[in-house]
Amino acid sequence: MSLADSLLWTAMPYITIVLLVGGIIWRYRYDKFGWTTRSSQLYESRLLRIASPVFHYGILFVLAGHLVGLFVPDSWTSAIGVSESTYHYLSLYTGTLAGLATVAGIALLIYRRRTNGPVFLATTRNDKLMYVVLLAAILMGMIAKLTHAGGHGYDYRTTIAPWLRSVFTLHPDYARMDGVPVTYQIHIVIGCVLIALVPYTRLIHMFSAPVQYLFRPYIVYRSRERGQLGTRSERPGWERVP
Amino acid sequence: MRVMAQIAMVMNLDKCIGCHTCSVTCKQAWTNRGGVEYVWFNNVETRPGQGYPRRYEDQETWKGGWELNKRGRLKLKGGGRFSKLANIFSNPKLPTIDDYYEPWTYEYANLVDAPLGDDIPVAQPRSLLSGKPFKIEWSANWDDNLGGVSEHGELDPMVAKVREQASEKVRFAFEQTFMFYLPRICEHCLNPSCVASCPSGAMYKRQEDGIVLVDQDQCRGWRMCVTGCPYKKVYFNHRTGKAEKCTLCYPRLEVGLPTVCSETCVGRLRYLGVMLYDADKVLQAASAPDDTDLYEAQLGVFLDPEDPAVRREAERAGIAQDWIDAARRSPVHALISRYKVALPLHPEYRTMPMVWYIPPLSPVVEALTETGFDGEDAGNLFGAIDTLRIPLEYLAELFTAGDTAPVRASLEKLAAMRAAMRPGLLAGDPSGPAPVDEDVARSAGLSGEEMYALYRLLALAKYDERYVIPTAAVGDARRLEESVLPDECSLDYAGGPGMGGSGPYGEGSGASPPMSVENFHVLRDRQTADAPADTGRSRVNLLNWDGRGHPAGLFPAKPEKPGAPDGPGTAPRPPENDDEEER
Repeated sequence: MSLADSLLWTAMPYITIVLLVGGIIWRYRYDKFGWTTRSSQLYESRLLRIASPVFHYGILFVLAGHLVGLFVPDSWTSAIGVSESTYHYLSLYTGTLAGLATVAGIALLIYRRRTNGPVFLATTRNDKLMYVVLLAAILMGMIAKLTHAGGHGYDYRTTIAPWLRSVFTLHPDYARMDGVPVTYQIHIVIGCVLIALVPYTRLIHMFSAPVQYLFRPYIVYRSRERGQLGTRSERPGWERVP
Repeated sequence: MRVMAQIAMVMNLDKCIGCHTCSVTCKQAWTNRGGVEYVWFNNVETRPGQGYPRRYEDQETWKGGWELNKRGRLKLKGGGRFSKLANIFSNPKLPTIDDYYEPWTYEYANLVDAPLGDDIPVAQPRSLLSGKPFKIEWSANWDDNLGGVSEHGELDPMVAKVREQASEKVRFAFEQTFMFYLPRICEHCLNPSCVASCPSGAMYKRQEDGIVLVDQDQCRGWRMCVTGCPYKKVYFNHRTGKAEKCTLCYPRLEVGLPTVCSETCVGRLRYLGVMLYDADKVLQAASAPDDTDLYEAQLGVFLDPEDPAVRREAERAGIAQDWIDAARRSPVHALISRYKVALPLHPEYRTMPMVWYIPPLSPVVEALTETGFDGEDAGNLFGAIDTLRIPLEYLAELFTAGDTAPVRASLEKLAAMRAAMRPGLLAGDPSGPAPVDEDVARSAGLSGEEMYALYRLLALAKYDERYVIPTAAVGDARRLEESVLPDECSLDYAGGPGMGGSGPYGEGSGASPPMSVENFHVLRDRQTADAPADTGRSRVNLLNWDGRGHPAGLFPAKPEKPGAPDGPGTAPRPPENDDEEER
């Protein structure tokens, strides 16, 4: 394993995490106004009605699959009686199904974005970059999985998964990545780029999943900030005594 | 009893001439930006007509507002919490731009730039969405003054409802048809379904004055509020990806000024004032079993500020004394609760709307006089109400969920007011207030004094009687730099030129300058710049950002390349802005 390789599998994940976490904090502090889905449904609704849920539900399932595959050690799954080959076929079929839905969804979304005038006009360069990386990550993942589908497939749960977990315990075990098929390696690199891009693109909307809606009362009341009357804040040193 | 205060509006439709001044001034003040070209916080519809967006009243299609479930409890018509989250990736009931209209501009440059030729150059319409030439086929006001009503009249959902009961009442033949204008803003409901629909919790009702607002920092663009509002008065800014709506001009109200639409109304038909209501009763009232009970139920929610017990409770609830005083003088309270001439718009949506309407009496006097009767005699007028050109049934579909009795009662009072006031006014004694015909007043259920007060409010409509608006807090009024009588320098805000200090977080992080100062600069920039959006400013003002590229001032200016053409960003800046740039 060359020095460049070992650097890649030690430094890259940390750079990604810093860019992700730092980016979210930066966005939250300085760009709450830009934090939105920037929906284009107002321009075109018919295709979006089909494509968007297919893509989103597909990719949520893919995400769940990744989390299970990477963060649940195989000793745990064998402990509950799931054999390696059962796991492999389960992940192969359901994963491919979800992957196909995702690809079909994003293909339709990109077609819509390209052919509908107002939607295309509302596409920024940032969006285009994001689409390229997102599509590359999805396609590379599909290729990696399907080219190693034969037999028991490629068992990433003894190489990639322990490496990733070791990253989070701050002892990156980069030697595990030695011998991982190159398609998987490319998928991981693109995946890291995608994760690092999240806070700086419209993908940030994934961090505003409105779960709290299930628990809050329907009608929200808010008070004008106390101490701020009218449109100005108190002058320093002259704040009202509470 | 949990007393809350709400700033409400009443519009007197009898006086609306459909001039659209309210719409235009509102648009100039609030929605002349990119992304909201198609948005009218205030619009004036001709009824019968489809409205804006088209057929918005057809809730079987758009699923706005609330409905009762099988157990008689309120639920969102567009689906509850789980269904909202399951459909979050694409809203199933969102009006598209075609339901509003595709905004456009004209190629004016062609008029002056076209080369010399045989043909007169024309300014072609161009879509503001796709940038391409296109054919204008609809707009916010396409069926103004019954334009195309013989083709489209059937598409008015209220016409369809009236025809179910009495098909002969609505006719579109030229000689038999009728029309009136209906100005609409956000209803600032007591039970707002848009707020209930917002998954992010970005929409809220202000506790102090009941104004419903969208927190632009918290909105994530899920668009559920657009569906949730049955009046379709929440709009999606397609550039910024955030919801926007009528703010009831809260920066003006807070300092005691009427909204822009009210201020500029040439017919003087808008009334603004405080309503006190019992917040504990709202849910129960909105759940009234019959749609036709909702008008009375909402009246029951309002509290009488003349009642000492109510005033005591209001004080206990922390409502300022000047608000309670304003509630006693409130023209809105008088028209809604005391004289009962104002009616809510579509109470059947169960949102408890707070912009109410006095129904139009249509040209009844003229019509009566033509038939040879005394058009202003009370008896003749009362008899004529059932055969008015504007059918009672149609008004009832708009204002009382189909129950004609409250509409007739309101129109009878308006007719009685004419009959009771006319003899005294014609007698022409200018020394005192005109005498009231007490008998006619009593026939409408009012005393002579009340009738005179109603006449004064509706016919004379003095500015300070139409608008009784308490300021944000009278105790602090002197410190509100935008109040009428400021006692300190208006530039004396934190970080302003008169202040010098920079606050605890350094130069760039001071509080925003007051809205009046900001608006002054924005307006001047807009009026002097060639570009449509605000480009010459140094402070990042996201409200004026059109969503393209990055907002001006977010990044330091690039060094100018020699010989580069002057773009809008390099326009000379007014010297005052340099002060701001330094901080």
